[in-house]
Amino acid sequence: MSGKKGNTSDSRKNRSDEQTMRDVQREDAPVLKIEHMSISFTQYDRGMHQTSLPVIRDLDVEVHGGEMVAVVGSSGSGKSLLAHGVMGVLPYNADMGGRITYCGEELAKERIKKLRGREIVLVPQSIAYLNPLMKIGPQIRRGSKATEARKKLRGIFRRYELDAGVEELYPFELSGGMNRRVLISTALMEEPKLVIADEPTPGLDLAVAKRAMAHFRELADMGAGVLVITHDLELALEVADRIAVFYAGTTVEEASVQDFEHEETLRHPYTKALWRAMPRHGFQYIEGTQPYVKNLPTGCSFAPRCPHCGAECAGEIDYRIVRGGKVRCIRAE
Amino acid sequence: MNRQRAVFLVKNILRVLLLVICVSIVTFALMKASPVDPLQANVGQAALGSMSREQKEKLQEYWGVDTPPVEQYLSWAEDFIRGDMGISLLYRQPVASVIAVKLANSLFLMAMAWVISGILGFALGVISGMNRGRPADKVIRGYCLLISSTPVFWLALLLLMVFGVWLGIFPIGLSVPIGVEAGGVTFADRLYHAVLPALTLSITGVSNIALHTREKMIDIMESDYVLFARMRGETGWRLFKYYGFRNVLFPAVTLQFASISEIFGGSVLVEQVFSYPGLGQAAVSAGLGSDMPLLMAITIVSALFVFGGNLTANLLYGVIDPRVRRGGGTK
Repeated sequence: MSGKKGNTSDSRKNRSDEQTMRDVQREDAPVLKIEHMSISFTQYDRGMHQTSLPVIRDLDVEVHGGEMVAVVGSSGSGKSLLAHGVMGVLPYNADMGGRITYCGEELAKERIKKLRGREIVLVPQSIAYLNPLMKIGPQIRRGSKATEARKKLRGIFRRYELDAGVEELYPFELSGGMNRRVLISTALMEEPKLVIADEPTPGLDLAVAKRAMAHFRELADMGAGVLVITHDLELALEVADRIAVFYAGTTVEEASVQDFEHEETLRHPYTKALWRAMPRHGFQYIEGTQPYVKNLPTGCSFAPRCPHCGAECAGEIDYRIVRGGKVRCIRAE
Repeated sequence: MNRQRAVFLVKNILRVLLLVICVSIVTFALMKASPVDPLQANVGQAALGSMSREQKEKLQEYWGVDTPPVEQYLSWAEDFIRGDMGISLLYRQPVASVIAVKLANSLFLMAMAWVISGILGFALGVISGMNRGRPADKVIRGYCLLISSTPVFWLALLLLMVFGVWLGIFPIGLSVPIGVEAGGVTFADRLYHAVLPALTLSITGVSNIALHTREKMIDIMESDYVLFARMRGETGWRLFKYYGFRNVLFPAVTLQFASISEIFGGSVLVEQVFSYPGLGQAAVSAGLGSDMPLLMAITIVSALFVFGGNLTANLLYGVIDPRVRRGGGTK
């Protein structure tokens, strides 16, 4: 386990050596750029009265090639919708606003339809996302019987130490340890430029969770942009390059992993609260809970729980750049 | 594995025995509770009035009017267990041979309706579910709702009127041509006579199967695995072939076998309208004519049929669904 941890931090060091190379890549536009994304659901409330439920209000995040960015938010805060929004598979009663650009060009509905499953892939959270009645092999190959596809899959399985016999199993026959590796195998059948991992570590024990995260780190090291959506800040800190903190429908801060080494280098009060809540920083918690999307305060959504809150926090709050990171707080400096 | 099978077998044998006992008791009780007086129903009021007391007593004995119900039931049950279903009071033939003839007629009819409504219902349900909310779905759903709120006998009358009377394309009733020797009846004749009743049964059967299949299909289309498949770029026909079809097939098979009971029920009405001499019509005349042995036998045969249908669905599930087939071995 500790060996694994060593591996990931090694790879991060290597990456800073390759910083120059990545900067060359960075001259190109980011692989994925999400600006002011909002997703709301139309609901019927008390009879025919229509209401709109803004699950995501204002989300900004950027992923570059070779980079791993984690969107961290508590469970049930609607962050999986971010993935569905990017992939263009939101349910019919959902409304999405804002702007998504992929490799510098707007990712419109028709474009994502062509790209998803090819350049843009998603790795789902559980094997409930696999067809229960299709064997693993054909399912990952998407029914292709071409020798090339077979060969490629065998290569991927070898890479993840999966037995060739797994191809002949149905999803329900997989063991818990195989699940993650099978799911990530689906991403590698194509050459993805952007990998979105939706909650890759739900209910996994630490060792397995770390290994799962490390697999995504590898994809980033191979050059893909990786966006991990997770509730686990500690795990994210071990493998990611940058962290976007998601709170009550908005991204409140985007910070590099290094910023998380000290509380002072962080910018938003919520991020600081998260930092203090980490076991190695004293397990301190703050009062209150995340507000439900229906009764969000105007202005800063963290205001009711914030110790530094003032009257001006009720106004519009911009997402601005502070010390190389981004923050949605008027007091941060 | 073998032990599992033995348990399954014993369980189902017990079930079917219990079913037959319950069905026979209920049928018998209902028949005894019915206000139909067998003498009046079968001999007629006028004929009864002109009969002597002795004659009436003989008739009462024949129809079992004075025998205490429990005694009557037990003596029937005793014979039945020995394999003797008794003599039909109306047809004056062994019940077994009456049923054999009627069942052969009905089976032909029902099999046709079953296959047509199954295939058509499945196809319509799938199309409707895959295109939820679109015009195709609206048309199919509208049709299904319209048909399922239409009484079967009314539909039968309508078809009879249009195709049998006005257009004269199909015969107005019976299962064979009138005035033709039994030996001279061809298969084509039988088919020709079965078309309208089978069509009626199919039309009504379709709506139920289509609506259920549609619901299943919608569930599947909203499932996580279809969502993921779409995220992997699957659309249209491939999405249906690899994801929709496989997953909707199992519930559809169950539904199809469960629908046997409905087709059976529908055939009673349809056969009546088309004067089609099948099991359904025999059941009606046995019920109205207080033909106890025949009615008991018909209800039991029908119950066995429906039971068989459901059992087949269960067994098929085990054969085709890998989660059932392979589940026992690995987990």
